[in-house]
Parts: sequence; structure tokens; C-alpha cells
Amino acid sequence: MKKHHFTDPVEERLKGVSRRDFMKFCGIMAVSMGLPLGAGTQIAEAITNPNRRPPVIWLHGQECTGCTESLLRTSHPSLEHLILDLISLDYHETLNAGAGHQAEAALYQSVKENAGKFILVVEGSAPLKDGGKYCMIAGRPFVDIVRETAAKAAAVIAIGSCASWGGVQSSPPNPTGATGIPEVLKGTTVVSIPGCPPNPYNFLSTVLYFLTFGKLPALDEKARPKFAYGRLIHENCERRPHFDAGRFADTFGGEGHRQGYCLYKLGCKGPITHANCPAILFNEVGAGAWPVGTGHPCFGCTEQAVGFKIPLHTQAEILQVAPDAAHAPIETEKGNGVSAGAAALLGGIAGIAIGAGAVITKNLGKSDEGE
Amino acid sequence: MKEEQPLGGKILTPTFLFCLLLFLISLLFIGKRFIYGLGAVTHMSDGYPWGIWIAFDVVIGTAFGCGGYALALLIYVFNKGEYHPLLRPALMTSLFGYSLAGVAVVIDVGRYWQLYNIFLPWYMNPSSVLLEVALCVGAYVLVLWVEFTPTFLTKLGADTAKSRLKKIMFIFIALGILLPTMHQSSLGTVMLVAGSKLSPLWWTGLLPLLFLISCIFLGWGIVVFESCVSAQRYTLPDETHLLGKLSAVMAWLIAVYLAVRFADVAIRGHLNLAFKGDLLGNMFLLENLLLLVPMCILFVPANRRKAPLLFLSAVSIVLAATMYRFNCYIIGFNPGDGWRYFPAFGEIFISIGIVAIEIMAFLWFIKRLPVYRRA
Amino acid sequence: MEIKRRDFLKGVAGGAALALARPTLALAREKIRLPDAVGILYDATLCIGCKTCMVGCRKANDLPPEMQGAQTLWDNPVDLSAKTLNIIKKYEHGTGRDKDRETDGYSFIKRHCMHCVDPACVSACPATALTKDKKTGIVSYNKDACIGCRYCQVACPFNIPKFEWDNPFPKIVKCQLCNHLVEKGELPGCCSACPTGASLFGSLTGLLEEAKRRQNMAPGKYYDFPLSSLESGRTQDKPAAHYIPALYGETEVGGTQVLMLSGVPFGKLGLPDLPSGSYVALAENIQHTLYQWMILPIVALGGLIFLVKKRGDKGE
Repeated sequence: MKKHHFTDPVEERLKGVSRRDFMKFCGIMAVSMGLPLGAGTQIAEAITNPNRRPPVIWLHGQECTGCTESLLRTSHPSLEHLILDLISLDYHETLNAGAGHQAEAALYQSVKENAGKFILVVEGSAPLKDGGKYCMIAGRPFVDIVRETAAKAAAVIAIGSCASWGGVQSSPPNPTGATGIPEVLKGTTVVSIPGCPPNPYNFLSTVLYFLTFGKLPALDEKARPKFAYGRLIHENCERRPHFDAGRFADTFGGEGHRQGYCLYKLGCKGPITHANCPAILFNEVGAGAWPVGTGHPCFGCTEQAVGFKIPLHTQAEILQVAPDAAHAPIETEKGNGVSAGAAALLGGIAGIAIGAGAVITKNLGKSDEGE
Repeated sequence: MKEEQPLGGKILTPTFLFCLLLFLISLLFIGKRFIYGLGAVTHMSDGYPWGIWIAFDVVIGTAFGCGGYALALLIYVFNKGEYHPLLRPALMTSLFGYSLAGVAVVIDVGRYWQLYNIFLPWYMNPSSVLLEVALCVGAYVLVLWVEFTPTFLTKLGADTAKSRLKKIMFIFIALGILLPTMHQSSLGTVMLVAGSKLSPLWWTGLLPLLFLISCIFLGWGIVVFESCVSAQRYTLPDETHLLGKLSAVMAWLIAVYLAVRFADVAIRGHLNLAFKGDLLGNMFLLENLLLLVPMCILFVPANRRKAPLLFLSAVSIVLAATMYRFNCYIIGFNPGDGWRYFPAFGEIFISIGIVAIEIMAFLWFIKRLPVYRRA
Repeated sequence: MEIKRRDFLKGVAGGAALALARPTLALAREKIRLPDAVGILYDATLCIGCKTCMVGCRKANDLPPEMQGAQTLWDNPVDLSAKTLNIIKKYEHGTGRDKDRETDGYSFIKRHCMHCVDPACVSACPATALTKDKKTGIVSYNKDACIGCRYCQVACPFNIPKFEWDNPFPKIVKCQLCNHLVEKGELPGCCSACPTGASLFGSLTGLLEEAKRRQNMAPGKYYDFPLSSLESGRTQDKPAAHYIPALYGETEVGGTQVLMLSGVPFGKLGLPDLPSGSYVALAENIQHTLYQWMILPIVALGGLIFLVKKRGDKGE
């Protein structure tokens, strides 16, 4: 790191975060996105560049605000200073100082000033039924607000399962017509960060990647960043050896459960859920800090077809069938042996044959004597 | 010499109708086989890829048809013209045995729509024993139909055609002696290839010779059997004296066979396996005992004149030769690795259906075609 | 009459007379190792039973997993089948504690087509559906020629060819040494996947030398073992295990292109005990003696035609 990057104005802005901690943070960000360590330097430069503070507008729809809460729990360093000061968070209903018409005016102002330059983050789904009246903000349907705002945004990110595909409120019968933002904004690329809530670093890394390189990270067919959603939980789960060896927990509190065995039989949706939970865990408190680690099966919160749809304890389908840990013995009994029907049939034939043979022999004897 | 005549009489007898019923039921299983695959109907498996359709319908079925071959050998090669009356019914049995073996093959092979591949020169593999068997059997079926054509022509009254055919018949008769010699022995060579998977009680370099000799006395056994049964049911001249004379030859042939058989097993050092008391040992002993006993009976001239003894000896010999083939193809065959095989119900029923249609054809033929000589 | 009978018997038993003189498995026609033959050397002492070769095989050949019974959790066949071309099996005895030990030990074994030097299946098939490549020696299957007679299954001393019993339009299925990859210069699926070099691809001559090198190793001493193929350039070093002093496939039924090394006797691993002669060679010997150029049959036919005409003129 060249010393001259840390001039006084920057240090002041960092407000008590040491250079070492800052570089550590950037390094962690880089690694969690699967970027080479050198990229940490690039991220640091991007963040501390005084000319780059893109505005961010954060809209809330049908949501519980869990995603925001999750984001606020990135503990080290104190991120609210770092990120909220470095990206101009112009509108966030939870964190706004003002409220009411004042807040709406700020939103309108920012959109007008930063048209084509701001990042739009949407938390929560938009209800479409009955003209969208099931979520109204400042007297307007949320779906209209989203569409209007998105039209002027440089990039749109849907954070959380609600924004990605509808969340719990979209469970059948979906009375409000709750719809994910990608579907609401059909035709626009909306990056999804599903999860209920998602690991906050999945969101942070995506945003920082965008700021550093000016483009979005590699996305899968559902526009989810591949570094976080490219693999099934089943592929990286720490209990996978138990699955492969056929060691399962059968009941909560039972022997298998207490041994920490695989939760597949209790309905774990790891085999059909894409996420990186077993790799980066939650809340930065060490190993086991994720649902499976605590002993509860994953319920597939990131996947539209799984979370809030398939019952908690229904066993998942295995999409990638792989060999188990056991081996075939040298010799196994194979092939098809005698069945009752076959034996009876052959017995019957034998009986008829012997009977007929006896009759013929007797008659031959008679004709012989007759001569 | 008396001429052959149709026996006449009702076709739809209870026997015929019962066989028809069996055949129709077997059609259901045949349908299942073609719709769902071999595994749906049979118990054949990767360990036992050949089951009773090959062992019984093809190998034993064609061996049953060796009556015609054995008689042709005697009449034309060994100049025993007096056996001629026995020839036509034996030829007919051959005809059925071989034709229906062909039907069984079509049902058994997996890629039956390409079965003609083995007749195409660019697919033929001259090293393959099975190819030789297939070509020989195919040719022999044609020869049998040609040899039996005069019988059809008589019924149709086509005398000119018949006399023309009779002029070149000698070629087909000669072929009818050559071809079975080739393929009946080769049916033994087929199992030679199985090598260590065939029990040493049956595996030998002499398999072709043993198969050939045993098919001859099996053929004789069938001729005797068929003659006795038909003589019972229909008024036919008594042929016991003819059969009796033939039996002496057969007794000697069996003696040669048993000598070769035991010497071969003993020289290869495996005779101890016969007395182990397990399934294979007992099957070996039984198969040869069923030859030894009738051989001893037939060596006594007085016995050869008694119809019941002739009949029982013939049945025993037929059983023995049948067992020999079952042992070579299925029972003595052990691929290792924990495989086992016993035919399935549907599999057996298809074989029953094939035999049923054979009986139906037999009955129709002897009643409507000049096969037998009336008393 | 006497003379004719004798001649006839001679004609028929001609080939059998040859065989009467103590039939041994003589190689009538010599099948030798092709100079450019390729093969696989499987070293059971390097194998860790990870089954990645089974996964690699499925991927290379586009095969679905084979699940035992009704369960749908794992890909765990118990034997080769129409869906499984390659399988790892495990030998265990007593406590099963020590690797590559016969008593109270365990060992893995990889089973798939041995690509014999003198393949029984190739000789047996009436329709030339199984052929041995003239250069690489790989034994391949052509479903367009096959009639489904399953004689190859009867003939193979290793029970390798498998059949699609549940398919109304069945094929024979077996490992083909990934010849679709080998001809492009790539490695077979199993060898490219194997992490320890237990499955090693290479020229047959090279593999025979490598096998010899391993049998001369001092057990417990560290050596380099090549990974994936003899030419890959990648190696792993580990202490040599104690090998049994035999190379399976060196002479069995004329030799095979898939060779096996092990610390446990081969019979215990399910590999059949086979003589060095080829059974199909004997069968071909008999066939050729009797039917070469169809000379004997034509001569016999001539004689028969003569006899039949003579008898027939006299008789009817």
C-alpha cells in the first residue's frame, strides 16, 4: 500500500478505523467473492476515492426489514460509518432521519439529480393484486414507485428472498399477488441476493465489486451472483460425510441428532438449495453459526421452489447423485432363482409326462402279450 | 411296399384344443417379452445369459430332430434300407424341431430386427462357432422343407413336380446328412468357449464328439418313442422288430460314448468331482446312469423284442441326452460371482407354447398328409 | 460296406482325433500384444476407494447413476451392469484393519473390461459386433451389427459384457476404455479422475515396465508414482506397499491390456484363476481343422452324394 493514499481527509472520514483494519476488511471482501487477494487493494482504492460516492436509493416493499437488520450486524469494523458514509445513502426508510413528505421529497430530489447514476436496492416484494393497494407508500402503490425509480437507476439489486422472488407472502394462495422485483421489472437486469435473510456479505461484496470494477460479478440464470449461489449447500455442508456414510438424525434430540449427524431425514433442503451458508456462516461468531450447524435442517430460504413452499420436514430430492462412502463387496448374490409358480409348472409337466409314460408302457405291454 | 397315407380323422380333438389353449396363453407372455424386454418375462441375467430357450428349445429341440439324421445315416450310408418306413415321420419331427428352434431363437435374441446380420457377408465372423451353427441350422431347415415337399406335393396331386424333385432329391438327402453332423457337433464346441465357467465334469476338448454321438442315439430314442406312441393311438403296422434291430447298434454306440466320457474325465483328473455328492456330481452320475441301464438292457437280444422295454430304454436314453445338454448349457455352467438361475413362469410357458404348437402341427400333418404307412 | 463305414467315421471324427490326444489349450493362432496397444495399470495398493473413477466414468460416458433398491440417495451399484461400466469393490477379512493385507485386512479392486489380447468376445460374436482396434487394441462394441445373442457374455471369462434386460431394444454394454477420448489424445474418464494414480493409463509396454518397477520396490521406501498417465509428468510420492509377486493380466487367457497389482491374492479380490491359454483359440482350432476352406465338408458331401444316389437308385 502506498502511503500517500492515506491523506488526512480520508483518515478523518474513516473515523477511527485503522488502516490495518480497513485493509483487512477489503481483503476479506475480495476473498469472499473469490477474487485474488490483490483485488483487496483495488477495493480499498475504490472506496477511499473521494470522487466516487455513488448514491444509493433503498426502497422497502412487503418486507420485515430483516435484510437491513442483517446488514447492520456486520460487526467488524463498524460498517455503518464506512459504507453509509462512502456510498451516499439518499433514501432508506429504516435509517432515514426524516419522515413523511420530507423523506419523499429527498427521494424525488435524489432520483432527479442522480438519474442514470444511482444504485437502486429493493428490499421486499411488490404486491400486484387489486391495483397494488396492499402496499402503499405516501399514497402510492409500491409497484409504481419501484417501476418509476428503477427506470432511472444505473443498477438494480433485489436484496432478500422477498425482493428476489416474493418471499413468505408469496406462498400459495398468495392473496396479495406478492411478486419478486425481477418479475415486476421484466426486461431489466435485476441482481438477486436471495436469502431470508441473506448473509450480508453476499450483498456487500456484490456492491463493492460493482464499485471497483464498474460491472456486476458473474451471475447465474436467476441473476444471482455465482460466487455466493453457484453451489448447492449439500456440496459444502460440514455434515456431508455423514450423509455419504448413511448416518442420519432421525428425531430431534435423538441419538443421531445429538451426534451431529446429517439432517436429511428431518427434511434438510440442502440438496436442492443454492447458497454459501456453510462456507461463510452468519454473525461472525465462529463455526456452526448457521441453521444446520445448530441442528435444524435447512429449509431452502433462497429458492423460490423450496422455501415457504415445500413443507419443512419433507425430504428433498437429490439432484446430484454421487457415490456413497460404502463399497460393494467382492461377491453379492445376484440373478433370479426359482419361483413358486415356475416350480409348480415344472412339477405339473413332470407329473403329466410320468403319467403318460406309465400308461403307454402298460399299453405296450398289453399289446405285446396280445400277440 | 405299402405307401404312406394321411391318417384322417378329426383335427379338433381334445388334445389339439388343449394345445391350442396353451399356445394362446403363451402368446401373452411372448407379447410381454417384446413390449417390455427379456427381463420382464425371463430369469436370464448377466450371469446366466442363456436359459431354457437356448438349452431346451434350440439345443435339445434340434437334437430331438436328429431322428431323421440318424435314420438317414443308417439308410444311406450304412445301407440299411429296411428302416425306410421310419424315415418320413422322423423327418417330420426334425422339421418341427428345427423350425421351432428358429422361432425360439427369434424370441430369445435381443436385437431380433437385425438377426439377418449374421447372413450378411460383411458382418459374418468366420471365427465364431455360433455363426457356423446358425448358418448350418438355417441351411438344414431349408433342406428339411425340401425333403418334406414330396409329401405336400402328394396331397396336392402335383405328380410331375414331384417326380422332377425326386430326381435331384439325393443332393438334399446328402446335405441332410452332412449339415447335422456339422452343427450338432458344433453345438458342443459352442460351450467349449465357456472354458473355466463350465464345470470340469462337462468341459472337455471332446465336447463336439460327445455331442455328435449323443445326438445320434437321442435321435434313435425319439424315433422309438414316436413310433410306440403313434402305434398306440393310431392303427399302424408294428415296427418293433425294426426298432429292435436298430437298438443293438445303439447299445454299442452308447458303450463307446460312455467309455470316451469316463476316460476323458478320468484322464483330466476330475473323476473325484463325480462322487462329491453335490448337485453337479449327482447330475453327472444320473446322466450317465440313465445311459448305462438301458445299454445293459438292450445288449440282451430278448429284451430288444419287447415293446415296453424298448420304449422305456428309449425314454431313458432321451432323458440322458437331454440332461447332458442341460448340464452343459445351464447346470454345469457357473460364472462365479454369486449368480443363480432358474427359469421364470413366463419363460417356461413360452417353451410350453412352442411345444404345444409343435404337437398341433404334428397332429394336423399326420392326419392330412401322407406321413405314416397304414396297417 | 466296411470300408465306407470306416471312411465315414474318420471323416466325422477327424478333428476330434486331434483333440483326443490330451486336449490342451494350445494357442493355434498366436495372438500377440500389438506394438501400439494402450492399457490401464490398476494398483490396488494406491487405491483409496474414493470412487472418483466411477464418477469420472459416468461423466465421460454420459451415464445416469445406478441406485440400489428403492433408495434415491446414492450412486451405489453392487456390480457392473448395463448402467455401470466401472466399479470399485472392497475385500475385507476379519477385523479389516490393515490396508492391502490378506488377513485381518482390506483392499479395493477396480473391475471393468480387461481388453484382452485375445478377446473371447471378439472371437465368439457371430456378427462382428465386438472388434479389437488394430492399433490401440481397445475392444469396442457396435450396436448396429449386434443381434443380441449374448454369446459374448457366455464367452467372457471375466463376465464383463452386460445386457439391457429391461429394454425392449437392448444393447450389450461394457467399458470401451473411453476410446472416444483416447482417439482425441485425451485420457479415459477413470484415469483422469483418479487422485492417487491407482488407475494409470499408458502404452501397454510402458505399463508392463512400470509394473515390473513396482514389484522391485522395497516395501516402506518412498518412491514416485505417476498420476493419471505415464506421460502426464505429475507424480505423487509415497512408501511402496508390499506387492504379491504376480501381475494379473500378464498371461491370463493370453494376456490382457488392463493389468492389476495388489497386496492381496487376486483370487480373494474376485479375479478368476485362469490358464495362460485361450479357450477361444482351442475352439477356433477345432473349427479350422474341420472347416478350413470347407474342404472336409465338401469332400464329405461328395462322398455322401455318391452313396445316397447309389442307395437311392437301388431302393426306391
